[in-house]
Amino acid sequence: MAMNENTAQTFQPIAARKAPTATEGPIAWIRINLFGDWTTALMTLLVGAVLLWILPQVLSWAVFRAAWAPDYEACRVDGVGACWGVVAEKYRIIVLGRYPFEEQWRPVVATSLLLFMLVGSCTRAFWKLWVLPAWAVALVIYFTLMYGNLLGLEKVETDRWGGLPLTILLASLSMMLAFPIAMVVALGRRSNLPAIRTVCTVYVELVRGVPLISVLFMASFMFPLFMPVGFSIDVLVRVIIGITLFAAAYMAEVIRGGLQAIPKGQIEAAATLGLSYWQTQRKIVLPQALAMVVPSIMNNFISLFKDTSLVTIVSLYELTGALSLALNSDANWRPFKIEGYIFIALIYFIFCFSMSRYSIWVEKQANKGRAR
Amino acid sequence: MAEPIIVFDKLNKWYGNNFHVLRDIDLSVALGERIVICGPSGSGKSTLIRCINRLEEHQEGRLVVDGVELTDDVKAVDDVRKKVGMVFQQFNLFPHLTVLENLTLSPMWVGKMPKKEAEAKAMAQLERVRIAEQAQKYPLQLSGGQQQRVAIARALCLTPKIMLFDEPTSALDPEMIKEVLDVMVEMADQGITMLCVTHEMGFAKAVANRVIFMDQGQIVEQNTPTEFFNNPQNERSKDFLSKILGH
Repeated sequence: MAMNENTAQTFQPIAARKAPTATEGPIAWIRINLFGDWTTALMTLLVGAVLLWILPQVLSWAVFRAAWAPDYEACRVDGVGACWGVVAEKYRIIVLGRYPFEEQWRPVVATSLLLFMLVGSCTRAFWKLWVLPAWAVALVIYFTLMYGNLLGLEKVETDRWGGLPLTILLASLSMMLAFPIAMVVALGRRSNLPAIRTVCTVYVELVRGVPLISVLFMASFMFPLFMPVGFSIDVLVRVIIGITLFAAAYMAEVIRGGLQAIPKGQIEAAATLGLSYWQTQRKIVLPQALAMVVPSIMNNFISLFKDTSLVTIVSLYELTGALSLALNSDANWRPFKIEGYIFIALIYFIFCFSMSRYSIWVEKQANKGRAR
Repeated sequence: MAEPIIVFDKLNKWYGNNFHVLRDIDLSVALGERIVICGPSGSGKSTLIRCINRLEEHQEGRLVVDGVELTDDVKAVDDVRKKVGMVFQQFNLFPHLTVLENLTLSPMWVGKMPKKEAEAKAMAQLERVRIAEQAQKYPLQLSGGQQQRVAIARALCLTPKIMLFDEPTSALDPEMIKEVLDVMVEMADQGITMLCVTHEMGFAKAVANRVIFMDQGQIVEQNTPTEFFNNPQNERSKDFLSKILGH
């Protein structure tokens, strides 16, 4: 058979063409996501109508008719919108609380240092051994700056600390202390030793049974009744202990949920390899459990950041308390509370949203092994 | 005759108050012996081998492994676990660590071996099971057969005297069963003591010195493979063999 004719055909590539309908690009996005089918198109038109009705009114109130100058007379003029003058006038008290006016550079510097350490500790560059002494030094500097009474700095009692620095201090210290406590309590609840298991369970159930406000109340007013006369612990310390124990109980349950989800085979395999209980927890169980519960833990952190506003009950004026302080005492500015609340809401939102985004980054890092 | 390396002496185990899962087990395993344990599900085969490295505790009787009696004494249990390796049906690899890290974890953390030495040993084991090129991958990126071979390599990294296999190929695709069985046959040729719970009768015929048939927590019959498959003595064994060798 004459198959050995030169039947080899040369490869003729088909010239690449553009897709018939675009699926990328802004116009394609609008077409697909906003008008993809009849229901979506209807929803788009409805939402569009609502926005068209609301947005101009909001913008008019918030921006175009707003009064920006710190002049309360200008704010009371008929037809004026938002009075941002209240922020311009009162921002120092709102953000820094009752801290003495001339010394307010100290909380600013101290909090900037704390924020630098916090944000830095979130990045891989800081995940080395030298971070621990660095934190110790940073905290010493922080408390020296805030409290004073050293190096020629004037003493400022802890009950005068306030505003955003206090919020950040309470939230970050509680988070850092609560997390290791939560891990230990979660492991303790799953322990084989009845004594440990009972203590941890009682702790969690008691704390979860009461609102944070009563924990703070007890820490602040009842605790000193049990102390010998003349011996008193600083109110800030008591409050931090209260918030920490509260947060640790909730986080312990979240972590325990993660621990339960680890298949028993993992622990058996670790046992057959000769790993001890703590080695197994540290290298096998906790890394997997914590990776699973990152969203819940960050949720707890974000809640905790805002729960700090309850310390007003013990006369500590963090951001929300400082706002009430700033406006309640001043009859001229009192009607403009809404603008004040919008201002601090914005501050809370910036912090909480940053934590949310960071959470997503952490989830990706923690689950690298599962990505195929 | 040399001392047997594993001795079960009238061993009895219960789950709870009523379920008598192992009944009067008397078994002697010599060094270098390869034993296949077969039987219907629920017969206590897995429980039997899990007693050897104390993943299960027995309530009555004695169990001595390489001269060490297994009791509640933690030191004794740790001692035994260093000499006994185990391969599970579900592989039980650590998914958050790479293959290499899975292997070097125990030598470094329990054996206190320096990292370079542990990694060298690990790579040698990975080559032995013919999977060295996957060292930097994560377990979930490998196929079932590859994962089981990594699990075998991980157990071998501790140079155990005894290897326990708990249905190692039961969770695998038929195509992957051969690659794992090949590795196990090679190990058998190198003289390691093996106890294998499996349904793979071909493997039993090729490699085993002894086949043990269990039912309802008891050893019903034990014999060499040829004798057991061709000439079963017990009614129950005949019944079992007729069912599994039929298809």
